[in-house]
Amino acid sequence: MSASLATVSYLGATILFILCLGGLSNQETARRGNLYGMIGMTIAVLATVFGPRVASMGLPWIIGAMVVGGAMGLYLARVVKMTQMPELVAFMHSLVGLAACLVGFASYIDTSISFSGAEKAIHEIEIYVGILIGAVTFSGSVIAFGKLSGRIRSAPVSFAGQHLLNLAIGIAMIGFGIWFFMADPSEHYWLPYVVMTALAFLLGFLIIIPIGGADMPVVISMLNSYSGWAAAGIGFSLNNPMLIISGSLVGSSGAILSYIMCRAMNRSFFSVILGGFGAEGGTVVAGSEQKQVKSGSADDVAFMLGNADSVIIVPGSGLAVARAQHAVKEMANALREKGINVRYAIHPVAGRMPGHMNVLLAEAEVPYDQVFEMEDINGDFGSTDVVLVLGANDVVNPLAEVKGSPIYGMPILEAHNARTVIVNKRSMAAGYAGLDNPLFYMDKTMMVFGDAKKVVEDIVKALE
Amino acid sequence: MSLLIGVPREIFAGEKRVATVPEVVEKLIKLGFKVVVESGAGDAANCSDEAYRAAGAEIAASAAELWAGADIVFKVRAPSDEEVGLLRAGSTLVSFIWPAQNPELMQKLAARKVTVLAIDALPRQLSRAQKMDALTSQAGVAGYRAVIEAANGFGRFFNGQITAAGKVPPAKVFIAGAGVAGLAAIGTAAGLGAIVRANDTRAEVADQVKSLGGEFVKVEYEEEGSGGGGYAKVMSEGFQQAQREMYAQQAREVDIIITTALIPGKPAPKLITAEMVASMKPGSVIVDMAAEQGGNCELTEPGKSVLKHGVTIIGYTDLVSRLSRQSSTLYATNLFRLAEELCKTKDGQINVNFEDDAIRGLTVIKDGQITWPAPAPKLPAVAAKPAAASLAASAVAKKSGHGHGSSEPMSHQKLAVMFGIAAVLFWVIGANAPAAFLGHFTVFVLACFVGYMVVWNVKPALHTPLMSVTNAVSSIIAIGALVQIAPPLSGGLSAGMTAGISRPDEVIRWLAIGAIVLATINMFGGFAVTQRMLAMFRK
Repeated sequence: MSASLATVSYLGATILFILCLGGLSNQETARRGNLYGMIGMTIAVLATVFGPRVASMGLPWIIGAMVVGGAMGLYLARVVKMTQMPELVAFMHSLVGLAACLVGFASYIDTSISFSGAEKAIHEIEIYVGILIGAVTFSGSVIAFGKLSGRIRSAPVSFAGQHLLNLAIGIAMIGFGIWFFMADPSEHYWLPYVVMTALAFLLGFLIIIPIGGADMPVVISMLNSYSGWAAAGIGFSLNNPMLIISGSLVGSSGAILSYIMCRAMNRSFFSVILGGFGAEGGTVVAGSEQKQVKSGSADDVAFMLGNADSVIIVPGSGLAVARAQHAVKEMANALREKGINVRYAIHPVAGRMPGHMNVLLAEAEVPYDQVFEMEDINGDFGSTDVVLVLGANDVVNPLAEVKGSPIYGMPILEAHNARTVIVNKRSMAAGYAGLDNPLFYMDKTMMVFGDAKKVVEDIVKALE
Repeated sequence: MSLLIGVPREIFAGEKRVATVPEVVEKLIKLGFKVVVESGAGDAANCSDEAYRAAGAEIAASAAELWAGADIVFKVRAPSDEEVGLLRAGSTLVSFIWPAQNPELMQKLAARKVTVLAIDALPRQLSRAQKMDALTSQAGVAGYRAVIEAANGFGRFFNGQITAAGKVPPAKVFIAGAGVAGLAAIGTAAGLGAIVRANDTRAEVADQVKSLGGEFVKVEYEEEGSGGGGYAKVMSEGFQQAQREMYAQQAREVDIIITTALIPGKPAPKLITAEMVASMKPGSVIVDMAAEQGGNCELTEPGKSVLKHGVTIIGYTDLVSRLSRQSSTLYATNLFRLAEELCKTKDGQINVNFEDDAIRGLTVIKDGQITWPAPAPKLPAVAAKPAAASLAASAVAKKSGHGHGSSEPMSHQKLAVMFGIAAVLFWVIGANAPAAFLGHFTVFVLACFVGYMVVWNVKPALHTPLMSVTNAVSSIIAIGALVQIAPPLSGGLSAGMTAGISRPDEVIRWLAIGAIVLATINMFGGFAVTQRMLAMFRK
């Protein structure tokens, strides 16, 4: 295959990638979009393998590596549970980050290509930046994976001088970078290079460790973005436009997602990255006096639901943890058979990653036209008989409307406007924001304590 | 010295409302006013003298005592001749007046050298005036009550039910005129479970009808019925013909008709003929909310409920008084909001400020000078026509602002700063970077923009698939590894080979293989899991 043909193939692949992302704008075209993505990827890989820059002697290696990797990937995709999607995504980000590091290293020790002057400087900055982002993505994703899968405590970890340390590491990396590319082109300076990589790993770790569970959607989107930038950075150093384009598509997609998630929490990107959400709110809980809540049983809930005309279900991460999505669907079916209008309201940051709740409900075969975004359903709470909050807390906290509270201004699902509110939680513990929730103490609110799945299953039994 | 607000008992026959309620008395006192209420004024609206007293008001034993002492009088109905005689010179009256219909009353009031604020003359198109809009608040109450009266006169359930004793079909309700009263009626009837249809000559209210759970029935004739200021106008003969046919058809189909059609300053249009009444099913109900202006139905008898052709025709003119506690509370709040506007200093003094469009429109007499009609406010729509009981003929779009997601355009300054920064960055890059890099840089920046544009369209529900698919796409990094695994040693690249240093093939190869394995896990896993997820999304 000639160089021109390879270039044209890359162009085609690029267009397919853009169509792939565009296809996700709604559920009907999404599957086709994914197909475009697969075709694009196939074209890009084939064009490279049979292109001018790969000699035929490399083929066995390539095929071997791809078979191993492909088999592992397909296996993972098959066995992963939908409740584990955030972990899987974090894990995959770490792979991209690590791959970017490896490619960067390989590119650095590849002496078959050399530059001089400004070109050399730029080339080395590119490698440097590519590896740096790759390493941060890798270690950050590993921590995020650990937190999401419960292998690491998900509470924010912070210590004195944390931000200063991060800043110092950042400055040190820039310093090593300058040393690195000011060096004599004919020799390799391994020391700054290796130190920088180690520092980048450390930085990724330090950036993610202070961020609490509720901010995970932002973290995941941010790492998604980084993994794209890492690919783009490596693309620069390898002179490969295909990598640059795909990388920047992914990078900007992740950046937008992070922005959307931040906006949904009414927090600036920096305040999320700097962490300490839980730390501010902790005192509020301690200071509040004991208030009375009404609690009830699954039978009570079934009675109230059965007599309602309209019900809105607000799922939160508690639902994901308890894997209650199928039970919820069963309950909704039972209610619908009685002619009750059942809908689901999804807050943009409900769950542990963007769109997490939608995927869980889709897995339980809840039709997506019963699932509503916050903006579409918020006006309807006032005319709703019963709101059933399943394992959500901060996203329905009316404190967000109280000036001076730590979450003031965060858009919430206005469950407190409904005629009756039923809240299922495991205990009275505060949410990730560490804030007490006045919704729980309202006269019209009934608390049902217990595991979401068990409670919902009991409700279904009582309904029958 | 703070002014004294007097609230007399309404003497109009059948009027059960009162111009203030105890909860609002407290708020008025906080504004710095003193409040005196005539004994028994609130009895018909379930507000006892004790409740007023507890809220801080004084109780005046007689009307004469109250009118003599009050600096400001809050009333519901326009004052009678007798009441006009009681008004003290220099005092202020706030009430419904209907200046267009009551020219003699205006003259008499002017002769008393008083200031009169007609709550019905409020320029309703000012969004700031909505909180004072008593026409709207009272029309809403009337619309609600009309449905309750209809339900009372109707022999069946409103909502469809399936019971052990058999199936009950839902009632079908047709509402003529989707003004404030009509919309309130639509919401109430839909809330009770009925199938609701509605019609209005103004096509733009169709969305509001739908939002309340009603179905908008169109007249098959092209004409725009918006008469300015949110009121309807008289339509052409051709249109009226088409409209009559539509009404005749609805009359045959539905169980309940509620009519709210009014045209400012004119008798109510006759929409429902005697024939249409006769064509309705026995047991059906018509509530004619326009009864006071002659009625929308030919057979309506104002103030009464009559049975004709087996159809109950309700022509009550006191629907609002039949819900006196609610209507009084809303009216009192409207007047309190007005008091706030008049008394911005919160010291119990009022300032009838003619610079304020809302106050200017309300003021029909100032210190004995007739100032009605007010000049048009400096606003898009034409001046409000303060016209006869225009209960129904206005629609106030009240869309509550749940637009959390709406992103406002950036301010000019911010934008200028950003463009400035971008320009400097581009200059630095352009001045220093080699041509080869610039080519890539161009591609990079454009790709970021394309990504930005495309991703904003992605539905929030699909954010997880978006992440997993972009994750798969980012495994394109495999290409970087592929080109390193075995580059051809000949060709143009050899020009750059540095003599004396051989390429450490083995190390590179193993690094690249590692990278390929990692990236392909991602590639296959990412696409496969996305496919799995998307397959689950279904209608």
